[in-house]
This record gives sequence, C-alpha cells and structure tokens, in this order.
Amino acid sequence: MMDLTLKVWRQKNADDRGGFETYKVKDISSEMSFLEMFDVLNEELIREGKDPIAFDHDCREGICGACSMYINGRPHGPWHANTTCQLHMRAYKDGDTIVVEPWRANAFPVIKDLVVDRTAFDRIIQAGGYISVNTGNAVDANAMPVEKDKADAAFAAAACIGCGACVAACKNSSALLFVSAKVSHLALLPQGAPERKTRAMNMVAQMDKEGFGSCTNTGACEAVCPKEISIENIARLNREYIMAGATSDK
Amino acid sequence: MLDSKIPSGPLDDKWTYYKGHCKLVNPANKRKLEVIIVGTGLAGASAAASLGELGYKVKAFCFQDSPRRAHSIAAQGGINAAKNYQNDGDSVFRLFYDTVKGGDYRAREANVHRLAEVSVNIIDQCVAQGVPFAREYGGLLNNRSFGGTQVKRTFYAAGQTGQQLLIGAYQALERQVALGNVQMYSRHEMLDIVMIEGKARGIICRNLVNGELERHFGHAVLLCTGGYGNVFYLSTNAMGSNVTAAWKAHKKGAFFGNPCFTQIHPTCIPVSGDHQSKLTLMSESLRNDGRIWVPKQKGDTRKPNDIPEEERDYYLERRYPAFGNLVPRDVASRAAKERCDAGYGVGTTKQAVYLDFKFNLINKYGKTEATKQGIQDPDTETLIRLGKEVVKEEYGNLFDMYEKITGENPYEVPMRIYPAVHYTMGGLWVDYELMTNVKGLYCLGEANFSDHGANRLGASALMQGLADGYFVIPYTIGNYLADEISVKPIPTSHEAFEQTEKAVADRINTLMNIKGKQTVESFHKRLGKIMWEKCGMARNANHLQEAIIEIQQLKKEFWTDVRVPGTINEMNPELDKAGRVADFIELGELMCKDALNRNESCGGHFREESQTADGEAERKDNEYAYVAAWEYKTDSNWELHKENLTFEVAKPTQRSYK
Ligand SMILES: Cc1cc2nc3c(=O)[nH]c(=O)nc-3n(C[C@H](O)[C@H](O)[C@H](O)COP(=O)(O)OP(=O)(O)OC[C@H]3O[C@@H](n4cnc5c(N)ncnc54)[C@H](O)[C@@H]3O)c2cc1C
Ligand code: SF4
Ligand code: FES
Repeated sequence: MMDLTLKVWRQKNADDRGGFETYKVKDISSEMSFLEMFDVLNEELIREGKDPIAFDHDCREGICGACSMYINGRPHGPWHANTTCQLHMRAYKDGDTIVVEPWRANAFPVIKDLVVDRTAFDRIIQAGGYISVNTGNAVDANAMPVEKDKADAAFAAAACIGCGACVAACKNSSALLFVSAKVSHLALLPQGAPERKTRAMNMVAQMDKEGFGSCTNTGACEAVCPKEISIENIARLNREYIMAGATSDK
Repeated sequence: MLDSKIPSGPLDDKWTYYKGHCKLVNPANKRKLEVIIVGTGLAGASAAASLGELGYKVKAFCFQDSPRRAHSIAAQGGINAAKNYQNDGDSVFRLFYDTVKGGDYRAREANVHRLAEVSVNIIDQCVAQGVPFAREYGGLLNNRSFGGTQVKRTFYAAGQTGQQLLIGAYQALERQVALGNVQMYSRHEMLDIVMIEGKARGIICRNLVNGELERHFGHAVLLCTGGYGNVFYLSTNAMGSNVTAAWKAHKKGAFFGNPCFTQIHPTCIPVSGDHQSKLTLMSESLRNDGRIWVPKQKGDTRKPNDIPEEERDYYLERRYPAFGNLVPRDVASRAAKERCDAGYGVGTTKQAVYLDFKFNLINKYGKTEATKQGIQDPDTETLIRLGKEVVKEEYGNLFDMYEKITGENPYEVPMRIYPAVHYTMGGLWVDYELMTNVKGLYCLGEANFSDHGANRLGASALMQGLADGYFVIPYTIGNYLADEISVKPIPTSHEAFEQTEKAVADRINTLMNIKGKQTVESFHKRLGKIMWEKCGMARNANHLQEAIIEIQQLKKEFWTDVRVPGTINEMNPELDKAGRVADFIELGELMCKDALNRNESCGGHFREESQTADGEAERKDNEYAYVAAWEYKTDSNWELHKENLTFEVAKPTQRSYK
C-alpha cells in the first residue's frame, strides 16, 4: 500500500486557461492499474462534493487507444510499449509525486481536464486511409496470396491504436508516425496498390492542414508508441511520397 | 403475434429465395431515404459503410471520440467462416450445425444457416479491404481452432482480430464520410427513440461534449449498440459498454429476447481486489495450446512448476475426452467453478485454475521448429526457446497483457484464470429481417438476441456483427424502405420529437437534482454483486426471487440518494454513467425474472434445479423450446411472449462433448 501526491491538469473547457491541482491519494495497492487509482481519487472527489477529473478511457486493455495521459513528462507513463490503462501501480513507490497532463498539440485541443479532441486523426483517414472496395465486390480471399513477411509487416503497422502518443511526445507535434503506419499497412499489401500514389499525397496534405508539425527525425514518437510502431514506416512513407510526386500525372 | 418472417422452403434455399424476392429501392429513391445508425462497432460500421455505398443518406452515432474505438476493437481470438481452406471437412452445414448445437438449441435455425452462408463472403470482403489476417508461408490464409468444433475454421490476426476487422470497417466507413454519404456523430449518446404513427422515425441524443440534446430524423433506425455484460459491473466489456439504447427501445415497445442468456467466459484474469474496475479476457484461442489443470490434492500450496505431472488434474481432458480443453465456454466455465468450489482452486484467492502452455510449447511448437531447423536431439531448453518464438507470434500481445496486469511471465509459469462475464446472447428480439417488433427499428450485432441461442461459440460474434452489417441489412432494409419512398423527411419540430426530447431532459434534470450521498459507481458495484451472486454462473429460484427484491430496493435507493456531480451543459462523464446505471438496474430485474421463468438449464443458463446426475445441464425441450420475448408494460411489470422454436434440420439432442 502506498500514499501518493498527484499534480493533475484541470481545465473546465476549451476556453478555460487551466492549471494544476494537487491531490493526495492513500492506500493505493500495487496491483491497481493507473486508471483504477484515478477511479479511487474521483470517487473521493465526488464524495467531497468536488468535480471529478475527466479522462478518456474505454477498453482498459491497451487496444482502443482512448486513454491518453501525459505522465511525468512521458505519454502513457514510464513503461515501454504500454498504454496508460495498462500501466500498473507496481511502477511507483510510497511517497512518489506524479504529474499528469493531457496530450499537448495544436491539432489536439483540450476539451476538458485530460480529455483532448483527436478527430483530426479521423479526418486524416478520410483523406485516403482505406482501400476503395464496396461491400460485395470482393474475390475469394485466397485468390491473391500475400507473402508472409509482407503480411506480417502490414499487420505490425496496422496495430496502431490511433492514441496520439506519438504526437504528444514530439516537440514538433508531428503526426507522421501515425500517418506512416497507415500508409505502410496499405502499401505493403497488393490490395492497396492501386491507390498508393494518391493515398500518401492526400493523407500528408490533410495532416498539414490539421496543423500537425513537421518531422525532424528525433525518434521520440517510436520510443513512446504503445504498439512499437517503427520509424521505418516513416522512411517508407517518404519513399511513397516521393514516388507519388515523381510519377503523378496530375 | 410474434412473426419471425422466416421465408418458406428448405433451409438452405431460404436466404437465396429471400434475396431474389425482397423489394428493392432504386438508386434515385435511395438518396431520398435517411437512415440512422446508432453504434459503429463491427455491426454498425459495416452497416453504415454498406448503406452509404448503396446511396442511402446515413447518420451514424457513437459515444466514443472515434468509431475506431468501439468495443469490437478488443476482440482477440478470431472470426469463423466455413471456407474449408484446411480441407478438414468443414462446410456451411457444419458451421450451421455446430452453432445451433453450441447454442444448446435455443437459436433460430433459419438465421443461423444464413449466418453460416454469408460467413465466407465476410472473409473475402475483409481481405479485399486490407485486413492483415495471419498467413502461412505459401501466402495463403491460416486458421486456428476454437471451442465447440472439431475443425479449424477460425481466421485471425494474432490476438488482435477484432482490432483489425474494426479498422477495416472503420476505414470503409470513413471513406463514405469523405464521400458525403455518411455523417458521423462521435461523442454522442442516443437517449431515446422517436415514434411517429407506430414507426421509429428518429432519435434524441446528447452531445457528450457540451451536454446539449439533439433531434435527428430517420426513415429507419438501426441499433448496433453492443452487449450489456456490464450489468454485472465486472466483465470483459469496455467500460462504456451499456444497455441504454436497447433499453430505451424496449421501453418504447421493442421486446427483449432471452435477457438472462449471458456468456461467462472460462479464461479471464482473476479478480485481484476491491479496486477492480474490469476483467481482462485471455482469448479462447489459448485453449488450442494451453492445458487447463488444478492440483489433484486439495489446498496444494506448492508453486505450479513444482507440482509433478502425475499430481495434476487435467479435469477437462478427464471429463470430456472428445473435446478436451476445447469444450464450449459454458461447459468449461462450470467445470472451473466446480473444481474451485470443491477446494482445488489455486492462487491467493483460490478462485483460479491454471492454463499451462509448457506441454505444447515443447512438444508441439518446439519439436516442429527443431525439425524444421534441422536440430538433432534438442534439449528441453532449446525446445522451450524455439516454442516460445512461435507462441509469441500467435499470442504475443495476450502474453504481454497478462504480464502487465499480474506481474508474472506466462512463458515461464502457468497463467491463473477464472471465468468472467463476457457476452450477452440476449438482446432485442428481431425477426429474420433484423427488425424488432417496432416498425422501422432494427437491431444488429451483439445488441440483438438472434443467432447464438443460449451459448455463443467462440469467434462467432465477429462473424455475426459483420454478417448483419455487410450482408444482411443491405437487403432486408430495402424490403421496408421500398414502401417509404413517398414519406418526406419529417421536420424535427414535430411534436413527437418535442415530447420525447422533453422526457429525456426531465429525466436528466431529475438525476442531477437528487443530490444524494452515494456515488453512481457504488450503485453499479452493488448491482453487479447481486447479479453475479444470484443470476451468475449457477442460478436457482430462491436466489432469483431474492435478487428481484434486492434490485427493486436498490432502484429506490438510487433514485433518492445518488449523487451526480457537475452540471448538465458540459462534458460530464458521471452524468453519462448515471443514466446507464439506472438502465442497468431495470435490466437486472428483467434478467432475473427471465432466469426465474426458464426452469431448465441450457447453454450458459444453468438452473441448479435442472441438472443430470453427473452435474451436466439438463434442457427441457417440451417446456422451454422457445424464445422468451418480454414486453415492457409498466414499472417492474412485463408480459412474456413466446416464439416457439422448431428444428427441421438440426434435431435437438442432449449436448455431449464427451
Ligand atoms: C475481450 C473480448 C474479446 C472478444 N473476442 C472475440 C473473438 O475473438 N471473436 C468473436 O467472435 N467475438 C469476440 N468477442 C465478442 C465481440 O467482440 C463482440 O460481441 C462484438 O464485437 C460486438 O460488436 P457490436 O458491433 O455488436 O458492438 P460494439 O462493438 O460493442 O459497438 C457498440 C457501438 O455502439 C455505440 N453505442 C452504444 N450505446 C450507444 C448509445 N446509447 N448511443 C450512441 N452510441 C452507442 C458504441 O459507441 C459503439 O460504437 C470478444 C469480446 C470481448 C469483450
Ligand atoms: S503510431 Fe503509436 S503512438 Fe502513434 S497513434 Fe499509433 S499507436 Fe499511438
Ligand atoms: S483504455 Fe483502451 S487503450 Fe487504454
């Protein structure tokens, strides 16, 4: 059991300036998850007649990408390849102080407390993050074999959960790791080939439009990505982009 | 009164016949028809994309910040399809038969057959979208086995199949958003159905960012809002999964089918303490390679790796030699409970059994890899190392998850697992066309009751969600909308919208003004405890009657003493949760009532009064071969309607997996 001090970013809404509040939490078990520790705090705040802290979460299994806390200066906290919801209190010891903030990026405005608006990611997908195939148009699934290593690599890129930690970690707030993961996933598969050129161009254009910064290859994104999306994907995206530019007939 | 609208003719011709004879809507008219889709998990996203492609004007809603985060994303193990790529004797008929049998003969034959038929199209569609299913070295698709079957028909993407399928459907949906065919409303929660002249014509929803109520018209409304396992508080569902949409529809006249049919999944990480907010599944696919056991000796305190082979009781292999570790979920769950109740449980709480990978790590994968790599007489170390690599590829994310939660390394020590609430087979009653008994109101995916009877087989929920959305609703909705083409969009100033919105606002105000002392969470926990203890893995009449009274009391207490902080016109997750818990409380009562009514054991519903001499579930076909469809009358008052089930092809027998 441990007692901890939490410094949490509180902001009533998008227009509020916001600031840190300090809270003490007691009797936290090392088996709790980080979000369960927040549940304990929120229950206490409600009982005291205060406003609980708003944060995004849903699956609590590290797969939906909803949870998004910037913990002691690092998205998703100290563990490697991990999401906030899968961080467990074993990571801390009695007396620790933990500072918790929302993702910070112009393209991710704060809605309330630790909740930010990540719909920019949806709009990037709308710009081309798909294969244009209507329901009912498909041929037999085994008609087109895919080399196992390509399929595995596509899967590894497709494992991105759209959490935005990469953006939060980047000093330029670049979304390139996220974008490159999707471009790679689809470019690696034969099904994705017909739209390769336009996809990379359009997704990058939308990314710029949303106000994400440019990539200067610091690698901060890869280091915090809960799904270990590799920056090799960024190199692939750059190749796709150059190829698209060089061969565009438009 | 309940017309299931099953087409006539032989079972395997019904769907083809239906498709050939249902009414169609021409492209110009489709553009005039508006469809509301609530929920964008697998069922909703696939429906929204497909209907958008067809040219309908679609509005889609979800309460998460993005459709990509629906609970479907968490599905792990795989999706079934009768492709027979393995040449191991699979067929549409076998998938149909396994599903009806697995559901303990409480599902509708015609629906299940259709499901098996379209299963093959789903895989084609997903691969075309770029879903990266696991493949063999030859580049063709790989399969694994799931419980309750003797073939390998499950397609998968490591332990992240739901994620990959949902991303596929989400991308198809976003493409339609970009084309202007679908308007997406995320962070919106539907809070009521608007009825006009006996038809569903729209919804009232709350914008969860600013708290405002909104009105939306639709010629038809589709609920794709998922399951209600969170009525038990602890379940493997996502935190936000809820029954609210289905419950509001129920109170507007839609019948609730088999509400008590709940799936308790045998392999979940056990509860570690009172702080627990949810339970985590360890996919059924692990039973392909993991063997389940407890010590032969009661209260054995040795570490699992110190207990020698001959002192382990592989109780599933012992009791069910034909299916072994791959018996259906209900059977495996009860067997685990039986061992723990008898004092053989392991771990600190003694409410756990072992799931052990060592045997297959060495003998199955290790040896194959060694042979492949030409290693002569490998020692155990080498075999374990080689085996680990393969297991990592198959289930790596699950093993990592287990280690993060428990702090133990499952490659070295056996996992500790225990059953947990996972899925609800019950849901809104729908006919063959997926329409509820309310005209124009459809229900798809886990939210409906239709295809899984009293027990769902593993890897069949993803199949059903996508079947409903991609391949069924595009046909069946046309059959209804063809008669609606002359109906002009009804302005949302219509009095029905006005009144429904007012009722929703009143309820929210009431909740906010109680200003009591107890938190929403504390009520949810208490409800969950009643449900788990008295309407859980084993049920009896006494307990169920007690539970009904306790829930009624809890409801009174809730409405007089709950405390909802904050205000209405802002983001207020506690208010969202309060509305959901209020609905769960009412649902809990109906579940107990349904469980009490069904004095037989079938699938996941185990009535202690109805078991065979060796403790297996005993079905009573002459009394209970029906779907219990409950009609809401007034507070705590329902009327039971029965849809009798007839089995023309899969003749009911007592299930045996021995
Ligand atoms: C951990 C886990 C693993 C699983 N693994 C498998 C597996 O391997 N194979 C398999 O076949 N099945 C599996 N299942 C079951 C399967 O995942 C689900 O049954 C299925 O995904 C449900 O899909 P759905 O589209 O019906 O609902 P969901 O995916 O739950 O989607 C519900 C949607 O409704 C929305 N919604 C709900 N209420 C409202 C409201 N009031 N207003 C607005 N929107 C609302 C939500 O925002 C969401 O978009 C698993 C389940 C769990 C819990
Ligand atoms: S690339 Fe990684 S960090 Fe970025 S959104 Fe995807 S999963 Fe999150
Ligand atoms: S809550 Fe879903 S990834 Fe953390």
